[in-house]
Amino acid sequence: MSTGTDTSTGSKPPYVRPLSPFMNYRWQYTNTLSILNRVTGLGLSVGLLLFVYWLVAAASGSDAYAHARNVFSHPVAIAAMVAFSFSFFYHLLNGVRHLVWDAGYGFEKSTARKSGWVAFLGSIVVTLFFWFLVFSSRGAA
Amino acid sequence: MSLRSPMGRVLGLGSAKEGSGHWWSQRVTSVALLFLTLWFVASLLRFPAFDYELVTGWIGKPVNAVLLTLLIATTVYHSQLGVQVVVEDYVTAKMPKLLLMMFINFIHAALAALGVFAVLRIAFGVAA
Repeated sequence: MSTGTDTSTGSKPPYVRPLSPFMNYRWQYTNTLSILNRVTGLGLSVGLLLFVYWLVAAASGSDAYAHARNVFSHPVAIAAMVAFSFSFFYHLLNGVRHLVWDAGYGFEKSTARKSGWVAFLGSIVVTLFFWFLVFSSRGAA
Repeated sequence: MSLRSPMGRVLGLGSAKEGSGHWWSQRVTSVALLFLTLWFVASLLRFPAFDYELVTGWIGKPVNAVLLTLLIATTVYHSQLGVQVVVEDYVTAKMPKLLLMMFINFIHAALAALGVFAVLRIAFGVAA
């Protein structure tokens, strides 16, 4: 990045120029959670393909739908759906956190850390509970 | 003394000419999705099985078809806005950025059309 150093004389500027936040903030789990919000959001955009595929298969007749059910029952697809479901619940809970911030609340360091843990652990718990309900009531989807 | 015109101050858009529109759309769609996605997840959990007849029967019900259409439109819009921000943040080269944005726009438009058309096809009973 541009430092503003006076190259004609080689002398340093008389003050330390400001750095972009990502250059000088130390790593904290709250920024990991922030990155995770973006990662899960991107993941959900990919998951959207699967959702639309499901709808299109259902609209294309029983043969196409039966084929889609085979695709969805593949272990890789189930693993992907578990990942998508965690992404969904995390993005949802952390999204609520963001909306609360947008409304002007919850900025205290301790509050932001607490709400971060609630979003992260909460999404794991809800994901496990969701799949428990799915598998307990009907076996594999 | 400000050099800005009174109209410019009222609009408050700055040089990008769009102000907070993108940011605000993302908040509005996120609040809508809060309700729509929870409805969808709750509905999924109430399915006894994912048979063809059950699923198409459920999608075809007027209330479900309308809510699904809203869900698809809102999700696609929210996804489009989010992916756009990611591209703007990490892709700096002008031409790749432009082409990637165009590609992402096309994909999202296609997903919206496919999803809504599929729901309507089932709802209006023209599915095979």
